[in-house]
Amino acid sequence: MTSNNKKKWLSAPYALWSAVFIIIPLCMIFYYGLTDKTGAFTLDNIVAITTVGHAKALRLSILLSLACTLVCFLLAYPLAMILANKKGNKHQFIILVFILPMWMNFLLRTLAWQTLLEKNGVINNVLTFLGIPNIKIINTPAAIVLGMVYNFLPFMVLPLYNALSKIDENVINAARDLGAGAVYTFIRITLPLSVPGIISGITMVFVPALTTFVISALLGGSKLLLIGDVIEQEFTRASNWHLGSGLSIVLMVFILFNMILSAVFDKDGEGSML
Amino acid sequence: MPKELIHLNNLSKSFDGQMVLDELNLKIHENEFVTLLGPSGCGKTTTLRILGGFAVPDAGQVIFDGKDITHVPPNLRPLNTVFQKYALFTHMTIAENIAFGLKIKKKSKAYIQDKIKYALKLVNLEGYGNRMPDSLSGGQQQRIAIARAIVNEPKVLLLDEPLGALDLKLRQEMQYELIRMKNELGITFVYVTHDQEEALTMSDTIVVMNQGYIQQIGSPESIYNEPENAFVADFIGDSNIIPATMVEDKLVSILGFRFPCVDTGFGRNRPVDVVIRPEDVELVAPSEGTLQGVVSHLIFKGVHYEMEVMAGGFEWLVHSTVLHPVGEEVGIRVDPFNIQIMNKPESEDEEAVAIDI
Repeated sequence: MTSNNKKKWLSAPYALWSAVFIIIPLCMIFYYGLTDKTGAFTLDNIVAITTVGHAKALRLSILLSLACTLVCFLLAYPLAMILANKKGNKHQFIILVFILPMWMNFLLRTLAWQTLLEKNGVINNVLTFLGIPNIKIINTPAAIVLGMVYNFLPFMVLPLYNALSKIDENVINAARDLGAGAVYTFIRITLPLSVPGIISGITMVFVPALTTFVISALLGGSKLLLIGDVIEQEFTRASNWHLGSGLSIVLMVFILFNMILSAVFDKDGEGSML
Repeated sequence: MPKELIHLNNLSKSFDGQMVLDELNLKIHENEFVTLLGPSGCGKTTTLRILGGFAVPDAGQVIFDGKDITHVPPNLRPLNTVFQKYALFTHMTIAENIAFGLKIKKKSKAYIQDKIKYALKLVNLEGYGNRMPDSLSGGQQQRIAIARAIVNEPKVLLLDEPLGALDLKLRQEMQYELIRMKNELGITFVYVTHDQEEALTMSDTIVVMNQGYIQQIGSPESIYNEPENAFVADFIGDSNIIPATMVEDKLVSILGFRFPCVDTGFGRNRPVDVVIRPEDVELVAPSEGTLQGVVSHLIFKGVHYEMEVMAGGFEWLVHSTVLHPVGEEVGIRVDPFNIQIMNKPESEDEEAVAIDI
């Protein structure tokens, strides 16, 4: 018992950390979100999501996040399959290449894309030099999705790779042996067995994409507001912490839903490696 | 001899420059229980994978029923495999696992239901259809893997060390079940194992392999009683392998002592190896033995005593139900029929193969 109690104390620093920086701020969000400026209880800040501007921002956020998640999935799945089939050190190198950009600051990476995509940016300069018509991608939803995919792709690749590399090669062989063609084997065996990784990957891409405000601010210009931008502005420019908190609570519902989804499907913790 | 079903013709395969199979030739007949036996890395599993279609040989052909199937993908081959660690589909029920192959063949629902019932009965797991694979023990899972394979009525069932993960008692039970199933189904079994006892118990034919070469093909009795070289003798059971000289037909000089034997055709004064199984070494009174020695070790093994006898400068391994205490002087006698003469390895390469076990 004593040794157990001693070990429990080892978690004290973290408990303190999470109390100060997670629990207390969360309580404050709920306090501000459910009160008005006089401190009286109100649901107005939550219902505010239904006003035209806010609803539009939320819709756009969900749409772009879904698009980002889909693109990430389509890019990551084939790659994860290739990685999972590779033996030895080769795949370690490819994984490293994938994770490498993650070591660079997230803001820097997004700023780099801004420079690349700008009207007079690197890409357009090259296109002009080659005599090809310029592209107008900066300040469009496409640019935001591009930035999201670039930043969040590794979060999709790794859980998928984890899930796929756990599938016993002989299980695939057994399906083939029993008469299944390559496509049938993929649909009936590989895909269902990788569901934990898929759910985990979707969660890990969709949630940060839904709540981002940096990517949209840098690549979407001032006209394309995501729900993250709206909340950010309420806190910083409008100094309306009550409304910002209320909208945050709404967003939390989506995140909670995702967490439940991954808790149900990802029992082995494919995403916990990150 | 029944009809020839499979012919492995000059198969060669190497991985990363390492030769795994070197011009392997093997014929497998209808309704035969063939065991590929050898230490790990001997090429037995590679041979099975080539048969199943999971590996393509660098050279040579796989002829099945007269047709070359070397490059036919596994899903189009008329054989099924039971994998080492069951390889069940964990996201499907037992019934769905068994029905997997039949659904692909577009069999009717009634047919599939009948087959599932029949297969579960064959492997003694009636009523398990709605369970998930994870809820079954290792032995049960392995039996489901067999059921899943045989419902497709393959002409040949390939088994890759299927009992390797089971404990001793279960393994022995499953050995008898496999023999029963093979007789009931009347199909060919190709079985891979490194367990010589398993091979001796179940097989019609044993193929002893080492380092990509076939060392000997024969019935369990002939492999055990008449091993062709020191590797086979040593791999299959305990044995005394002693360098000797063939003096003339039916007379061999072992450690300088002359033993009558039954082998002929080795020529005169030719160096050979002899194999004498420990149970064939008779311990008698010193005056009655061909040579004399002293018991140096004694272990009780249950059925018999295992003794080591120092005689003629060689430590003889002896199995006997009669106890001779350590230090006792004994005579050694061997029945001529129990002396197996083997050619010495011809090349250094072959010798390396024989020693490396």
